[in-house]
Amino acid sequence: MAARHPQLNENGELRHLLTIEGLSREMLHHILDTAATFVGVSVRDVKKVPLLRGVSVFNLFFESSTRTRTTFEIAAKRLSADVVNLNITTSSTSKGESLLDTIDNLVAMHADMFVVRHSQSGAPFLIAEHVNRKRGPDVHVINAGDGRHAHPTQGLLDMYTIRHFKQDFTKLRVAIVGDVLHSRVARSDIQALTTLGVPEVRVIGPHTLLPGGLEQMGVRVFTDMREGMRDVDVVIMLRLQNERMRGALLPSAQEFFKHYGLTEEKLALARPDCIVMHPGPMNRGVEIDSAVADGPQAVILDQVTFGIAVRMAVMSILAKS
Amino acid sequence: MRISIVNGRLVDPASGLDLAPGPTSSLHIADGRIAAIGDAPAGFVADRRIDASGCIVAPGLLDLAARLREPGYEYRATLESEMQAAIAGGITGLACPPDTEPTLDEPGLVEMLKYRARGIDGTRLYPVGSLTVGLRGEVITEMAELAEAGCVGFSQALAPVLDTQVLMRAMQYACTYGYTVWLHPQDPHLARGGIAHAGPYASRLGLPGVPVIAETVALHTILELVRVTGCRVHLCRLSSAAGLELVRRARAEGLPVSCDVAVHHLHLIDVDIGFFDSNCRVDPPFRAQRDREAIRAALADGTIDAICSDHTPVDDDAKQLPFGEAEPGVTGLELLLPLTLKWAREAGVPMAHALGKISVGAAAVLGVPEASGRLQADGAADVCIFDPRQPWTVSRATLFSQGTHTPYVGRELEGRVRATIVGGRVAYEAAAGAAAPRQD
Repeated sequence: MAARHPQLNENGELRHLLTIEGLSREMLHHILDTAATFVGVSVRDVKKVPLLRGVSVFNLFFESSTRTRTTFEIAAKRLSADVVNLNITTSSTSKGESLLDTIDNLVAMHADMFVVRHSQSGAPFLIAEHVNRKRGPDVHVINAGDGRHAHPTQGLLDMYTIRHFKQDFTKLRVAIVGDVLHSRVARSDIQALTTLGVPEVRVIGPHTLLPGGLEQMGVRVFTDMREGMRDVDVVIMLRLQNERMRGALLPSAQEFFKHYGLTEEKLALARPDCIVMHPGPMNRGVEIDSAVADGPQAVILDQVTFGIAVRMAVMSILAKS
Repeated sequence: MRISIVNGRLVDPASGLDLAPGPTSSLHIADGRIAAIGDAPAGFVADRRIDASGCIVAPGLLDLAARLREPGYEYRATLESEMQAAIAGGITGLACPPDTEPTLDEPGLVEMLKYRARGIDGTRLYPVGSLTVGLRGEVITEMAELAEAGCVGFSQALAPVLDTQVLMRAMQYACTYGYTVWLHPQDPHLARGGIAHAGPYASRLGLPGVPVIAETVALHTILELVRVTGCRVHLCRLSSAAGLELVRRARAEGLPVSCDVAVHHLHLIDVDIGFFDSNCRVDPPFRAQRDREAIRAALADGTIDAICSDHTPVDDDAKQLPFGEAEPGVTGLELLLPLTLKWAREAGVPMAHALGKISVGAAAVLGVPEASGRLQADGAADVCIFDPRQPWTVSRATLFSQGTHTPYVGRELEGRVRATIVGGRVAYEAAAGAAAPRQD
């Protein structure tokens, strides 16, 4: 009954990018190596290569996002693709059209690639399986974040950033701090880090923001940030959504910042060359202090730059499969 | 109509009768009742002789939970389609929960449903009435009136009673008349937002979890209320090892409780969700492997009285959605028997014991004399004749039910109904040729 992973084709090549889970270490390095060849494109006079000429990329954002949508748009345009942005929250599904009807309509317009963000975990799988059934191998789906499940391009750009600054994954301690429960970034990062051979991945947060069974994903769980920060080489801060403060998960942003916000004092517990990452957008004074966010160890803007190259790499690899 | 069923293996779980094919295993039916087992009564001449060679002759199956979607959700299923699915599944009597639109909270609605069912002439229908008006958990219904109209018990279906005082009074009131209250033990607060078993797999997929304590906390409340009120409670769709342990202890204590489990839960667990398969979206969710083993153990030791189909037809539009937006529920009427047999084979459970969970065990909960779940002289002639080894592939095209969503679509199961007899009438017969073993 073991079905083929819906993101792979019959040759084991990437046809869609839905999750990092299940991808081999070689595949991850292949994507990062490909990304490295695209980093230079963005600093040339003409920031374009003709790899995706004639390809129509549809950005399908069922959940609003400016940053991720923009980086995908830039990546596609630098590959010479035609890009259409659809904000579905204000479009047809609010008129009652079903998700798969929307997809069928766009496929009928000869879309070649869908970049999908959705508030429901697994939505891009539904779309990928649907186009697999209906269209065969010529339509590709990239998960740009689904619910709490996965954000594979963010995971990949985080790995690119770590590899850029640290080279060897197999000697690192990496800490992921904050709202792991609701974070698709955390899940994708954990899967990428463990696949790439990082010997110690830590997650740090209060019990209300840590999902059960995390240890089975290969991480060490800490509730005391000072303890968890000790001797780490990389710290990835997660964004804390404001609405988490309204339920019974956290009492206040102030108390969260006091115990789980990254300050210079807590960062000093890490290794001196520890890099500080954040998927953005940041809440200064909630999960990260401005002194750290703007400090010498922060590589947060490098992540954004590398993010374009990583997304170009993913699109070009899918288009070739 | 006088019918003789011959050459079958007769199994009656209630009496422990298991008769190999031969003269003693014949079953004779006259005037809607079982005239005799073994030799025909003097002067009995059959109008119809059914050759049950290779088949098991068992009591008609009883299903404690099947949503027929009438009234209110006829676009998902109709009484006609679902009654046909029931008899094709060997089911001669079923209880339907009150979560229709409107809910079954007025005698007129129940009478109308029974009247419609009589017109279809399929399986026997036993409505479970609403415990509270509109299932809103605020005002108790006219239970005595509803019982007179034909309700066999009172339930909230999956709707919670948030106010524990209302729940206690509903149980006190039901107890006054000796009615059984059917309750789903699930704490609505702990289960809020949950769509999969809270565990490592849900964490990995980023699916909000329904923790096991949603079941156990609710059970503690219900059992405490049973202790105080003395009300008889039937616990619906247990899903966890911890929950079953509480039921086991409650029964040992002598509390008047019974319990059932949905047939898909005998087989499937959280990881069967795979890549977000919305056919695995059910309520309560498929739990961990140890929970499935506990369900099987509790069936064996008698903690669980009955296996039900928990049949819930869902239309494509409500199922072909992201996992969290898909409506919970699977089709079950035609899978109740084969999935029960699959469990029996895998767990090494005797046929009679397994069949007891979908006949006499369920009958004890229903408490209706005509639906005895037994094969006995002078009892109602409700009979299921099935070939326990016949393989068939579950397909959306061949299911009678309008609900065709189940993780078993495309999979091969063994056990197919040859004929279903309700009140001495052959209500269903497999098409000629369908009963022949598949040629590979």
